[in-house]
Amino acid sequence: MPFACIFVRNFPVAAIFRAEPELRAQAVAIFEGKPPLEKIYAVNKKAGSLGIAPGMTKAQAELCSGLALRPRSSLQESAAHAALLDCAQSFSPCVEDAAVGTAILDLTGMEALFGPLPEIACAIFQHAAELGLDANVAVSSNADAAVLAARGFSGVTVIPAGKEAEHLGSLPIEVLFAERCENKNNDEDKKEAALLETLSRWGVRDLRALAALPEIALSERLGRQGVCLQQLARGKASRTLVPVEAPLVFEEAVELEYPIVLLEPLAFLLNRLLEQICARLATRALATQELRLTLELENIPSLGRRPEINQQFQRTLRLPLPMLDTKLFLKLLQLDLNAHPPGAPIKKIHLAAEPVRQRSAQGGLFLPPSPEPEKLELTLVRIAGLVGESRVGSLELMDTHRAESFRVRRFMPGAQAEHLRKANDPAGAEKPSITALRMFRPPLHAAVTLENGDPARVACAKNKEVQGSVLWKAGPWRSSGDWWEREAWARDEWDIALQNESDVALYRLVHDLLNGIWFVEGAYD
Amino acid sequence: MSSAVLSTSAAQGRFFVFDAEALEVWPDEVCPDREASQTRLTAKALAGPASRQVSSEDLSQRKERWLGMTTPASRLAVRPAPEMVSSGIAEIDALAGGLPRGCLTEIFGPASSGRTTLLLAALTAATRRGEVCAVVDASDAFDPLSAVAAGIDLDRLLWVRCREELPQSHPSASLKACTEKKKSDKQTFKFEQSESRSAEYRLEQLLRATDLLLESGGFGLIALDLSDLPPQAARRIPLTTWFRFRRAVEPTPTVLLAFERQSIAGSCSSLLIKLGSTKLGAAGNRTKEMKAAQVPELAHARLLTTLEITAEMVRSRLERKPAGSVSATFASKTAWAG
Repeated sequence: MPFACIFVRNFPVAAIFRAEPELRAQAVAIFEGKPPLEKIYAVNKKAGSLGIAPGMTKAQAELCSGLALRPRSSLQESAAHAALLDCAQSFSPCVEDAAVGTAILDLTGMEALFGPLPEIACAIFQHAAELGLDANVAVSSNADAAVLAARGFSGVTVIPAGKEAEHLGSLPIEVLFAERCENKNNDEDKKEAALLETLSRWGVRDLRALAALPEIALSERLGRQGVCLQQLARGKASRTLVPVEAPLVFEEAVELEYPIVLLEPLAFLLNRLLEQICARLATRALATQELRLTLELENIPSLGRRPEINQQFQRTLRLPLPMLDTKLFLKLLQLDLNAHPPGAPIKKIHLAAEPVRQRSAQGGLFLPPSPEPEKLELTLVRIAGLVGESRVGSLELMDTHRAESFRVRRFMPGAQAEHLRKANDPAGAEKPSITALRMFRPPLHAAVTLENGDPARVACAKNKEVQGSVLWKAGPWRSSGDWWEREAWARDEWDIALQNESDVALYRLVHDLLNGIWFVEGAYD
Repeated sequence: MSSAVLSTSAAQGRFFVFDAEALEVWPDEVCPDREASQTRLTAKALAGPASRQVSSEDLSQRKERWLGMTTPASRLAVRPAPEMVSSGIAEIDALAGGLPRGCLTEIFGPASSGRTTLLLAALTAATRRGEVCAVVDASDAFDPLSAVAAGIDLDRLLWVRCREELPQSHPSASLKACTEKKKSDKQTFKFEQSESRSAEYRLEQLLRATDLLLESGGFGLIALDLSDLPPQAARRIPLTTWFRFRRAVEPTPTVLLAFERQSIAGSCSSLLIKLGSTKLGAAGNRTKEMKAAQVPELAHARLLTTLEITAEMVRSRLERKPAGSVSATFASKTAWAG
């Protein structure tokens, strides 16, 4: 049973590098704590070579020129850890979340899918790099040996079965305690630190030396823990994995050193976050139908805002179908922010995607053409920017007889199968053409001259064409409703023919019975 | 004409001949030097009768050689006739053959001439075929109840309602996240709303929305409703815009319809139909005796039932000839006529 381990060294720094790749070439130090007691938590190699070490105060570190200081971000670390698990789960369904920055995969049966073990290891390494993680990958016949190899060796390592002791022998003894030494406050860590010191005093520097110690003598001096460590050093420890079923959370965030004022640099950062989210979704063969953008804004006293309110600006993009297109998402977010600007400089960006299964559509040779969902969504957003959000979409009639009772809802063309059902509906075939009414929005107020209670002459101030003598009329047709509500309505409708300058035109004239106003509602055309 | 044929073929990099018979009149100097350039002609090629002194044997050999390598102008590729789809009204289909795909069709007429009736019929036919349709409504005059009565599948109809003014949050070039001294709620954005400016805004929104819809593609029918816009405002649309729409819709299966009061697209439209109403039909309940006694019909006893519409095919660039005369008459019923 082969196992693989993905290990990301110096995970807090790796999480920052994933969010800001341009910092990889610089000396970087991560600090945490409340000011003014901030202390350095982690450093990269270049910062270490400059003399910066964990435990220093931030003030001390700031004395070093050429050092990039970043606050520790739990959100970025959790996003990076989620990316690590996504990477692991794209190669195996059985993944253990061993520690922060460490994932163990059970590769049983995966050779038939992905090829030989060295190829799998290389593929995992490349995939992790694509997700922004600089990881070590090791493959072995047992999980613990894979973990030790990943911690000790850089890059990709494949240990043949039965040769674990030989390959692991050269690793330093600290490899056995790597994940615990970070937190010195823990009592167990103190015991392990003492154990490490004891082994060092004995001259045991590497795993080969530990493996060579007599087992009984070791157990007498160090107890059960010593024996366990020796088993690890020999590469003979075996255990079953505890697979993790991580909640599907796809979030990315970035905190900015300086607030952003313009939307263009924001688009650059959004693009990066979207690429990371889409890559993680693609890893799990998922898509998204909802994007939530949360911007933390800088307080501007001049705008009269209280500090505790209006600090966060949220926008939610709901898509008609599951999609996974970075460029489309970026364009939609840009158009949305253009229409609804935040109104203050931005200091933190948080982007979350709601995962859904990818859509599957069965095409057909004889189906009528329809717009591509991605293009259609972009077109609708652009048109909404022209005419307004509520003025583009499809119609939905309300269940009432009140005039103009409809609403414009999101345009989502129905499924093709439904069309075929309607096309085969015999009731819909060969319908005679219906005389259409063209509405005046808003209705045209009219001055009506009555003769024997019937309209004889109509004049509209706002539309000179709708005026003249009534040549022909039909009505009134009375309707009313909602009398039990506050917004009751009652009206008389007339169909009239007016002689205007050049032609005769048919209109619908309405008399509002509640307030006595006459208006021309529409024209028959 | 000769020079026009020359340049076209030269641009396509083809050898060309004016006509097979022309070789007997114009000797080999007509044919360009192949090795040097396929499109270059020597000056002699256009020379007159002075260079006709060649043997008939050479001529026939060259003729055979060139005929094998050239495409006569008479056999150049001809654009296929567009596919015609039903307009939803049998009389219009008989008159014009239907509505052509990939072409601009103009339908014009005065008020109450049946333009919107034809629009609804075309939308009904298109949605029944399962196609997605769009109506760009310059005057926001579309009636949902009429659409439902006509049988339009509202799920497949996109309605774009142009407005009198541009949205206040229209895009600015600088894309600023932080607005400069953001306008408070008390300060209103005022400008004079003259009718002409209102028509301008509507036109601008209509044209831009149409561009976006054509670019998106996939629509079976796109209708531009300019029926209520004043003709002087609609005439402001430059012909280059109509030409652009025509070129954009050409390679697609989209039917592009424009409804207006007067024809404004000029030669860009492939089909031009003029509508007019002849008479309206109404139901009453006067008996024969009452009619004979000339008892006046009361308004409340009348019901508007039908509208008779005349359609005239003013121009068609399509191959199909009308079945009979170039005009047709059909009747539309009101939704309550039954």
